[in-house]
Parts: sequence; structure tokens; C-alpha cells
Amino acid sequence: MQIYLPIAELSVSIWLLLGLGGAVGYLSGLFGVGGGFLLTPLLIFIGVPPPVAVATSANQVVAASVSAVYAHWRKDNVDFKMGTMLLLGGLVGSSFGAYLFAVLKRIGQLDAVIALSYVIILGTIGGMMLTESIRALRAKPGAQPVVRRKRLNDHAFIRALPFKMRFRKSQLYISLLMPVSLGFLVGILAAIMGVGAGFLLVPAMIYLLGMPTAIVVGTSLFQIIFVTANVTMLHAITTQTVDVTLALMLLVGSVIGAQYGVRHGARLRGEQIRGLLAALVLAVAIALAIDLILPPDDQFFLELGPR
Amino acid sequence: MKGFAFILVLLCAGEAFAQATPNAPRGPAPADSPLITDLSSHLIAITSSFTGTDLLLFGAIDEPGEVVVVVRGPTATSVVRRKRPTLGFWLTRRSESYDNVPSYYAVASSKPLQDIAPVNLLQRLQIGTENLRFRYLGARRPEDVAHYHQAVIRLKTRDGLYRENIGAIDFLGPKLFRTAISFPSTVPVGTYQTEVYLIRDNRIIAAQSTPLFIDKQGIEQEVYDFSRQEPAVYGLVAVLLAVFAGWLAAVVFRRG
Repeated sequence: MQIYLPIAELSVSIWLLLGLGGAVGYLSGLFGVGGGFLLTPLLIFIGVPPPVAVATSANQVVAASVSAVYAHWRKDNVDFKMGTMLLLGGLVGSSFGAYLFAVLKRIGQLDAVIALSYVIILGTIGGMMLTESIRALRAKPGAQPVVRRKRLNDHAFIRALPFKMRFRKSQLYISLLMPVSLGFLVGILAAIMGVGAGFLLVPAMIYLLGMPTAIVVGTSLFQIIFVTANVTMLHAITTQTVDVTLALMLLVGSVIGAQYGVRHGARLRGEQIRGLLAALVLAVAIALAIDLILPPDDQFFLELGPR
Repeated sequence: MKGFAFILVLLCAGEAFAQATPNAPRGPAPADSPLITDLSSHLIAITSSFTGTDLLLFGAIDEPGEVVVVVRGPTATSVVRRKRPTLGFWLTRRSESYDNVPSYYAVASSKPLQDIAPVNLLQRLQIGTENLRFRYLGARRPEDVAHYHQAVIRLKTRDGLYRENIGAIDFLGPKLFRTAISFPSTVPVGTYQTEVYLIRDNRIIAAQSTPLFIDKQGIEQEVYDFSRQEPAVYGLVAVLLAVFAGWLAAVVFRRG
């Protein structure tokens, strides 16, 4: 059964969209990421014009994140104070990112920047996470990790930063500059790559901010909701590439998938989750890198976009 | 199916003849024109189940000759970019822009085009994809960017938006002819022109032009208009819809 997408201006199978949404939603619930880093490339792959894919993914990630954060919120696994600080930076960052998006589009380098940011950022983060989790998984089963990982937030420079704030839930007393600037950085990526950037946010919150793993996922989802909502609004107003029909099809599958993801995620150990997420992130990076390295079928391509 | 189409052609052609009687108040062709044509529909409605469509163009000729059918979509600016190896990656290095690029272009003819008409005639009327004239918007000499021009045609052809159906006009006896024009699901909306030429001895004996409208209809039209006319409200609705759907699923699954 086919459905015509009014903004993307093409016809796609309903089952393909439901399946795509379900798979991405499951992973987003499992890993506490929005799933945008998977969804955007997949949508482009099935023929959706890249600007529509970026904007609609952001819209869909809002739904998946609301659905997933609800489960975490009920388990009391969200640090709202920390989330709000991240969000302050995220809103500014995503607005700045949307401006960058428009500039890059004008000078014709948007595609290259999107592709390279995917490869470089996903590759680096995925590689680091995989190394770390393999090390953790190879540790003797049953034995508790004896050495506490040296976290970056113990660094003297970070400790010296002003505007310290107490985050009771995270059991932290750190400068609010840390979550705000992290949110800003992630916000830029959200606008340019059409992702919530949970794959970057989650490890950064653990290693950079030093938050307990249990509340990291819920808190990152909380921040992602608002940042991707901002990105959706910005794209709806400036590029007019949000396809509500496409988003609806995807989110029907994804909200259901996300529920199963959260449940299954609860049965996995933290390092297992991180290992699987790392493998997934790396796989996307490699797939996109291959696309950049292999000679294309046709060196020329037409600018896609709203017609 | 073919039999049905044939009956349809006969019926509709009969109707077209009737309309073209001397006293007929309308009809694009003069009564004594040796060429009369019509489309099976003058409106393509894009609805939620639209997966592309075929239109039937049919007609009758009163004099012997070859028939060429051209369908042109609304023109637009087209940007074509070229990837080159850069530090081991294939990256966009240069792009060229053209104006007056038909968003859709189809040509069908009863014989190969060069056997029907001289090149200058084909070029003048822009018949055949290689004879399309785009307006180059860049600063280089147009000859130096010819491969960009060719790439536009190649890529549009690959996407099914440019079509050449040489020899695809079926004659049913000496006078009646028909041809199918295919539109993919990605066909742009707008006003199209259908041109039919009757050509003999390198000269155009008769020509007829009919408009064709492609438009979104129903919910598709409303969603599209909404996104263009009230973008901020549209964005807000999209976000609220997502929040509601996410919340609903979470609540339903908690109970379930």
C-alpha cells in the first residue's frame, strides 16, 4: 500500500515507513538516543529529499523522545535541573545551527558538510565508545570494576570554572557553564544533521559532566525533546520542509517501538547498552564513509529540495 | 485492457470530431485543421494514493505525415553539482545553475526525430531532450559547462522526469493515432503544455497545443497549502502532534 507524501512529493509504501519508524523507535528507547542519526540517512536512502529528511526526522524524534522520557520520568530517572541547563545551551545552539545550515546551503557545501560531520563525529564517538565497552565487557564477569574511571570533570580547569550550581539528582556540584556549552554544541549538530545527538550527549554527560549512568538517558531525552522541537519549528518556518504525513507514519511505528526498547534496555547492563550503541553508530559512520570514498555512479547530481 | 482503450479512443475521437464541426463554439483547432487531438484527462489530481499515472493522448490526422507529441512541465531553476575526489573523499567542488529548465519533458514520435524533421526545426521548437535550451546562469562560457547541461538532462531522464518515446505512437489505421504519456509519482505540480505536430516533407502541416493541469487534491493539497501559508502554525501543529502521539503511546503501554 502506497501513500503520497505532500511535502517530500513522492509516493512510498506505508509498511516501509511503519517498519522504519518501529525499528528506529525501538533503538531510541533502548539506547536513550533520538534515533535521528539512523533515520535521516535511511530516509535519504529511500528517496526523500535531504532537507525534508533532516526536518522531518527532527519532528519524529520529538515523538520518540516524549514516549521514551515518560518511562524514565516514572522511574524518577530525569534530572530536570540539569536538563534545563543543557536545554538553554541547546536552544541557542540549534538556532545558530539553523543559520549555519542556510549559509552552507547558499554556498553549495551543505551536502558535503552533512556527510563529513556524520562520518567524523559518528566515527570518533563510535570508536571511543566501542573501545571502552569492549574493555568493560572483557573484564572478569562477576567482578566489580575496581578502578573508578578517571572522569574529565575532576580536571582542575573544569573545577575552577565559575557559576557553580548544585544538581541534587546527579549528585554534582559543577559550573553551569559545563552543561550549557555542551547543550550549545549538541544543538548545532541537531540543526545541521537532523539528529537529537543523544549518541554524543549520553557519553559526554557521563564522562564530561560526571553524571550517574542511571539518570543520563532520561535527562538527555528530556533535553532532546525541546531541542528537536525547536529544530522542527525553525525548519517549518525557514525551509518549509517538515512533512507531517511522513512524520505521522514514522511516529506511529516509532512510539510503539520505543516502549519495547525501554523495557529491553532495562534488562541490559550499562556497558552492554553502550557497546551495542557504539557498534550501531560505527556502522552508520562506515556506511556513510564508504559512500564518500567510493566513486559515485554519476559525478553530477541535481540539487534536491523543495520544488 | 487494450481493447477497452481502443474503444475509448474511437469514442473520444468521435466526440472530438463532433466538436470540431464548423459551428462548434470551442475547440482549439480550426475546423479545417488536418490534425485533431485530445487527452484522456486534462487534470491529474495528486491524492494520497497517487503513485504516478499514464495519460492517453489520441487524435486523428486528415493528411499523411508523421506525428510528434511533446509534453512540457513548468520551468524552474535547476542547480547541478559535480563531485570530485578531494583528500580521498568525493566532495562537491563546483556547481552550475540553469534557468528555463522544464521540470518535466516527454516526447513521443511516430519515427526517429531526425527522420521526421531537420535539426534546425527540432532545435527551434525544442523537440527532443538534446534540443532543450536552458538559460545558463553562471559566469563561464556555456561551451565549457556543456557537461553540466548534459548532466541535467541525464539525471532528469534517470529520475523518469524526461522521457523520449521514439516510435511510441500507435496508428490505428491510416488516420487514428494514440500514445501513452507516463508521469512518475515525483511529478511536479503546475500547468503543463501538450503539443502535437503533424510534419511532412520537413514542414509542419499542423500543430495543436492543449494545457494539462497537475495539482494536489484533498488532504494533500490542504497539508501543502497549510505548510506554505502558515508555516509557524504548521510547525507548532507538527510538534504538538508529535508530543501528543509520544505521550499517548507511553500512557497506553503503561496500562497495557
